[in-house]
Amino acid sequence: MSDTLADKSQMDPSKRTWLIATGCAGTVGGVAAAIPFVSTFQPSEKAKAAGAAVEVDISALKPGEKVTVEWRGKPVWIVKRTPEQLESLKKTEGQLADPKSERKPAELTPEYARNQYRSIKPELLVAVGICSHLGCSPSEKFQTGAQPSLPDDWQGGFLCPCHGSTFDMAGRVFKNKPAPDNLEVPPHMYLSDSKLLIGEDKKA
Amino acid sequence: MAEFKEISPNASAGAKLTNWFENRFPTMFSAYRVHMAEYYAPKNFNFWYIFGSLAMLVLVIQIVTGIFLVMHYKPDAALAFGSVEYIMRDVPWGWLIRYMHSTGASAFFVVVYLHMFRGLIYGSYRKPRELVWIFGCAIFLCLMAEAFMGYLLPWGQMSYWGAQVIVNLFAAIPFVGPDLALLIRGDYVVGDATLNRFFSFHVIAVPLVLLGLVVAHLLALHDVGSNNPDGIEIKGPNAPKDAQGHPLDGVPFHPYYTVHDIFGVSVFLMVFTAIIFFAPEFGGYFLEYNNFIPADPLQTPAHIAPVWYFTPFYSMLRAITSEMMYALIACVLLAGVLAATKLKLPSLFKAVVLGGAVVVAALMLAIDAKFWGVVVMGGAVVILFFLPWLDNSAVKSIRYRPDWHKYLYGIFVINFVVLAYLGVQPPSPIGERVSQVGTLFYFGFFLLMPWWSRIGQTKPVPDRVTFAAH
Repeated sequence: MSDTLADKSQMDPSKRTWLIATGCAGTVGGVAAAIPFVSTFQPSEKAKAAGAAVEVDISALKPGEKVTVEWRGKPVWIVKRTPEQLESLKKTEGQLADPKSERKPAELTPEYARNQYRSIKPELLVAVGICSHLGCSPSEKFQTGAQPSLPDDWQGGFLCPCHGSTFDMAGRVFKNKPAPDNLEVPPHMYLSDSKLLIGEDKKA
Repeated sequence: MAEFKEISPNASAGAKLTNWFENRFPTMFSAYRVHMAEYYAPKNFNFWYIFGSLAMLVLVIQIVTGIFLVMHYKPDAALAFGSVEYIMRDVPWGWLIRYMHSTGASAFFVVVYLHMFRGLIYGSYRKPRELVWIFGCAIFLCLMAEAFMGYLLPWGQMSYWGAQVIVNLFAAIPFVGPDLALLIRGDYVVGDATLNRFFSFHVIAVPLVLLGLVVAHLLALHDVGSNNPDGIEIKGPNAPKDAQGHPLDGVPFHPYYTVHDIFGVSVFLMVFTAIIFFAPEFGGYFLEYNNFIPADPLQTPAHIAPVWYFTPFYSMLRAITSEMMYALIACVLLAGVLAATKLKLPSLFKAVVLGGAVVVAALMLAIDAKFWGVVVMGGAVVILFFLPWLDNSAVKSIRYRPDWHKYLYGIFVINFVVLAYLGVQPPSPIGERVSQVGTLFYFGFFLLMPWWSRIGQTKPVPDRVTFAAH
């Protein structure tokens, strides 16, 4: 190998130039060929098409109860809050990271939910049950008072089992927790007093 | 090309056959000499040196059992959970193959953690073995990817929510994160697309990379020669050698260490099979109980934790809260000030270091703690790659280090185990505080190593390895 080019003067520079040019062209082709392969990682047309709005009958929901429905593969909670639970939203305000839902409002809180209750009707909370930290689904901890993994003055709300983030009865995240944001309120609207549509609102 | 060797027509059939192959495929014969019969390994290996061979054994077990599992497994979100139960109940001896594979995953990490600890205490990562160590760290990363993606395949509750959490880690990266997470999942939530691609990565892509790295790890090791518990170079220019130039402190790998390793393998297999037969779930540590419930995208189990081998790193992730960020910012600024005042650097460089520290601190305030949690977790693994350049001790082996180094390594191990324990436990205020201290200690151990490893009086290193014939 090493003795083939012992005499540098025998090297033909024009051949070398063309070898380099060919190599560059080949690299461009190689990169271009990688594009379709990487593109296959994207969601398929089928996955993009899934995501229709879901209609829910809430006439049977009693105060203090929660139902979970699936929308775009995610759990959406509908919670009918009791007057005490609504009252607790005032007490928790001082301990929250974002009590007024001001962070990322476009993604997390539609305009009609930018209030203390984070809802259209004060007693009915509609929220995507996915923690803003790493995507676990928090569990309901509606019982008040001291209990494992929760503070002694717990007012009721949600606890994420993965990393201990806590949310109040309006899905607002407490300070100093791994989760940075409140729970997402999905676009939703009431078709009648007992019919709720999740995934679409009046704007759309 | 090697010279063509003729053999006497009166030679035995065996000798003729050997000669036929030697003329046509001499590489096989030279590889046997270089890596087995004439690979001289130090004769003072202790039991810590069994874990490399055991890791190879477990790799073979995983590949063989994996091949057989794929024959019955269905990578489909609707069928996956059922097909694993089918293997367990209906496929003849399927339960054994599956338990060998699931126990093998945990065994792999037990063996690899011990193998890495051996390297740590005897300075096996130091010059000229830096690349051996780096290939090893890359193998460790591959193993983590392999274990994580394999854990999704049974499509149980832990599979699903574990994958959900880890993929969302990538979403924490500023700007590109959410799109990257989408590209990994192939859907807006973990679903069938995710399961299929993880299956592909788990059974073919990562194993190919892993095998390549194992070959590189071994070739690099055999080029520079093995370290030993004394940290003495047995093949160095001044090392004692016999008339043929073979090291006096070494013995050929085959037959000495092959036979020695067969003994180690026997002991290992006793423990391994005992676990497979009597405690394959290992109290919920090797196979978590929640994973016997099919994946439910609407309900996270009340307590989720990764499998034990990921928990030290998971603890560090959980430790990074917005409170902890203030402690980390203080550390970065302190490091910047110390570097600027204490180190002997050109003043321009000092200004760059100080400015850099201020910029990092500002970023730490500006970006969510969630992202920094991911950085800390990734950094805890990546920092291992730099170990060869962090250790400034005058001697390699712990045997000749100052005594307090031994205690420090002891505390490091205890800290690692405590972090692992906390990662299994549900989040608690005390656990959070302890894991924060543990995280600071873990990083302090490595980042301050350039300084602490130089402190103290080392003991004289002998010329020959410590060895008594037995």
